[in-house]
Amino acid sequence: MRYLPLTDADRREMLARIGVATVDELFTDIPERMRMAAPADLPRAKGEMEVERHLGAMAARNVSASSVPFFIGAGAYKHHVPATVDHLIQRSEFLTSYTPYQPEIAQGTLQYLFEFQTQVAMLTGMEVANASMYDGSTAAAEAVLMAHRVTRRRKAVLSGGIHPHYAEVMTTLSDLAGDEVVRLPPDVTATEDLLAAIDDSVSCVVVQTPDVFGNLRDLRAVADKAHAHGALLVAVFTEAVSLGLVEAPGAMGADIVAGEGQSIGNALSFGGPYVGLFATRQKFVRQMPGRLAGETVDADGRRGFVLTLSTREQHIRRDKATSNICTNSGLCCLAFTIHMSLLGESGLTRLARVNHANAVKLAEALAAVPGVKVLNETFFNEFTLRLPKPAAAVVEAMADHHVLAGVPVPRLLPGAGLDDLLLVASTEVNTDADRAAFVAALTEVL
Amino acid sequence: MLNRQGRPTTPGAAVESAHPTFTGNRALQQEEPLIFEFGRTDVIGVDLDEPAPVADRLGGLKRKDTIGLPGLSEPEAMRHYVRLSQKNYGIDTGLFPLGSCTMKHNPRLNERMARLPGFADIHPLQPASTVQGALALMDELAHWLKELTGMPAVTLSPKAGAHGELAGMAAIKAAIAARGETATRNVVLVPDSAHGTNPATAALIGFTVKAVPAREDGTVDPAEVAKLAGPDTAAIMLTNPNTCGLFERDVVEIARVIHEAGGYFYCDGANFNAIVGKARPGDLGVDAMHINLHKTFSTPHGGGGPGAGPVVLSDRLAAFAPLPYVRLDDGRFSLVEHAAVSDQSPLGRLTAFHGQMGMFVRALAFMLSHGADGLKQASEDAVLNANYVRACLADLMSLPFGNRACMHEVLFDDAWLKGTGVTTLDFAKAMIDEGYHPMTVYFPLVVHGAMLIEPTESESKASLDLFIATLRDLAFAVRDGDTARFTGAPYHAPRRRLDETRAARQPVLRWTAPAPVAEAAE
Repeated sequence: MRYLPLTDADRREMLARIGVATVDELFTDIPERMRMAAPADLPRAKGEMEVERHLGAMAARNVSASSVPFFIGAGAYKHHVPATVDHLIQRSEFLTSYTPYQPEIAQGTLQYLFEFQTQVAMLTGMEVANASMYDGSTAAAEAVLMAHRVTRRRKAVLSGGIHPHYAEVMTTLSDLAGDEVVRLPPDVTATEDLLAAIDDSVSCVVVQTPDVFGNLRDLRAVADKAHAHGALLVAVFTEAVSLGLVEAPGAMGADIVAGEGQSIGNALSFGGPYVGLFATRQKFVRQMPGRLAGETVDADGRRGFVLTLSTREQHIRRDKATSNICTNSGLCCLAFTIHMSLLGESGLTRLARVNHANAVKLAEALAAVPGVKVLNETFFNEFTLRLPKPAAAVVEAMADHHVLAGVPVPRLLPGAGLDDLLLVASTEVNTDADRAAFVAALTEVL
Repeated sequence: MLNRQGRPTTPGAAVESAHPTFTGNRALQQEEPLIFEFGRTDVIGVDLDEPAPVADRLGGLKRKDTIGLPGLSEPEAMRHYVRLSQKNYGIDTGLFPLGSCTMKHNPRLNERMARLPGFADIHPLQPASTVQGALALMDELAHWLKELTGMPAVTLSPKAGAHGELAGMAAIKAAIAARGETATRNVVLVPDSAHGTNPATAALIGFTVKAVPAREDGTVDPAEVAKLAGPDTAAIMLTNPNTCGLFERDVVEIARVIHEAGGYFYCDGANFNAIVGKARPGDLGVDAMHINLHKTFSTPHGGGGPGAGPVVLSDRLAAFAPLPYVRLDDGRFSLVEHAAVSDQSPLGRLTAFHGQMGMFVRALAFMLSHGADGLKQASEDAVLNANYVRACLADLMSLPFGNRACMHEVLFDDAWLKGTGVTTLDFAKAMIDEGYHPMTVYFPLVVHGAMLIEPTESESKASLDLFIATLRDLAFAVRDGDTARFTGAPYHAPRRRLDETRAARQPVLRWTAPAPVAEAAE
């Protein structure tokens, strides 16, 4: 077996040194009747070529985003990732290192986490950010728990524009923790009355912008009313590129920002691994979940970085910890921070303008298709169409025409009476030819 | 002190060397500033044409302020991150004996497979007809996990070990609710030796945690469990093999006691690497167990993530598994994403989308490469390597539970350091100077000054022999009173010991632009 260095001679010599005759004598604490008599009923070892054939055949049965005109978003976005990013995250010293518990030999990880935290804080308009969460949805759920800790209240109000998966994660976790969640009905056109739901019993209001239907939301009035009632505003986003063009949540009064960072540096990868971004105000930092890298000095007075404020965390506080989270999304936040460094302010804002321009062009072209209506007043790179037919069937039919057209709203919200709605996203990867193919295929199947 | 470029203010002053350098660099060890100290907001490392102007649809929400994000050209970025990488220790650098973390070799075939466009470049919400291969892969991974654990069901979506604990304990909570016992059955028993995530998870979802003391030999006594178990017992969370490196030899009896009390047996599967192909958790009475794909099945730890924590479930819990899950009907795979279309009683959703697909591909590639025979051999070699280290160090270092066979990791305490002026931490830091990543230190909490060594199956005998010789040399140095070798260590790492107290007392968690420096009078 190519991964196992010991030879049979080594094994014999080592067993002799240990003082046992067979390796099974090392397993005698396992009750004898519980030891496996025969190997598991699974295939035997395979060489590289065989594994490549086996998995390659599986991969070939999937339609990859780059192989067709592609317009699917709804929480995960197809962006171009520079070759440099993927090369660098495969550096052994990044790929095969552990959580930086020994900071003297983990300054690489710790410094990029410090840079990442700073980038996320700048991007969201917040004061501090952590070293990442699993993904946007779990970051959002942790934000709600944190708001409960800060306000000592246990009721969250969720906007009807929140990605339904995110709302479900927040609801599941709140139910488990015995907290209350008020989830407003799906709000396709951003016209819900969030202000009416805020009172002195509410710990936080959770609003997504751009919301799942693509609408941009002005958070300022919600922030003001929340603050007047001692509640926090939790701002959520699923498309990090939008922050290159749209007002930052921090500038609109958010107290906690939780978002998905996949768009910067990370592949679609069928939903994971992604990287949850989490930022807040300095005054709440000790209520924050997750790891934090901080600056300090070494014994010679040189600048260095360590994991810090770990008295919040489970390995110290056990059942009193702020969260049970242990891992972060290390390599995915490295990908984020490298891509963001390559973009810089000028690149990110330009990328955001390209996304917006492509979406505007697509919306205009689709609005001209008979029977199709664009429902959004505002959007960044994603919007909602009303179709004259059920969206799921249209998407299937368009897939037969080799166009992946978007996400039928009933896939996310079944039984909500929204079967004719389709979420469509357009990023920098889309060309004029892609847009023309979309329009032609849609016209054909309608 | 550092100047604004992040370099020593007095060139070379901070470097402990008879030959200071102007830059503060030491040949291949390069000092590297933060991106904020040399990047510029008008530099772009990604070429992109400015779009033709359009009438924007931003509704007046256009960003007003600048962001301040520095940009790097591609060569600058390459050099920055390569230099940072060179300050990190990884498995590919050397032996990484971090107990309970299973730092084994990460095959690059797995990386190649995960990057196939058919896996890396597919969207989680594509029509099922366009992702049949991805769903088939999830189904095949599930099959392997079920066979290896002897459990009837598995949920793949948890994002990491602690997230898997959450999924498993949530399934237990849902099962208790289905029995109408939510109000009365709310205590979770957690042994003292458990990972911190166990009590944190139980508390997070509203259980009350009760500690189970370890007995003299480092394992859990079923009689202690029986004393604590009763009609209020929701579950026990037991790590097996445990964090002392020992197999809980009374596990079957513990399971029986818990089941008799009406509770569930949650097994922390962090140490599954010791027993793959040797014993099946399903045969031991386990109701739920998470599997860290990043440990046992070698998906890269990546400096702290991403992980993946699928959870295998017993028949009693299977119906409560979270959404989504893969279903096969007439040769076609689909995803069940909503309770309304499920014929089970899912506890809800714990993450957006379907889990860590990139990790699923890597883990399955690892399993296919090993096969059932190779996985069994790997576990045997992991246990053999740990016992070899034990046998070769037992005369110098102290074993809190006696010189007896361990599983895939061996636990020493600091009794042998008593009165020497050298602590466990000092010893660990001296290992850094010798070119090793230290073992896990001060965990588990049940022994004093713990040193938990897990060499994994990836080490050759020659590698272990050098490691053992090094630790023996260090142990002799302790005995000979050469304390400076330890208390000042590390001397040769990119940084000397870092001031963690200062970091916590005056937290600096981000870069901020320095105040303008006043010009000198002249």
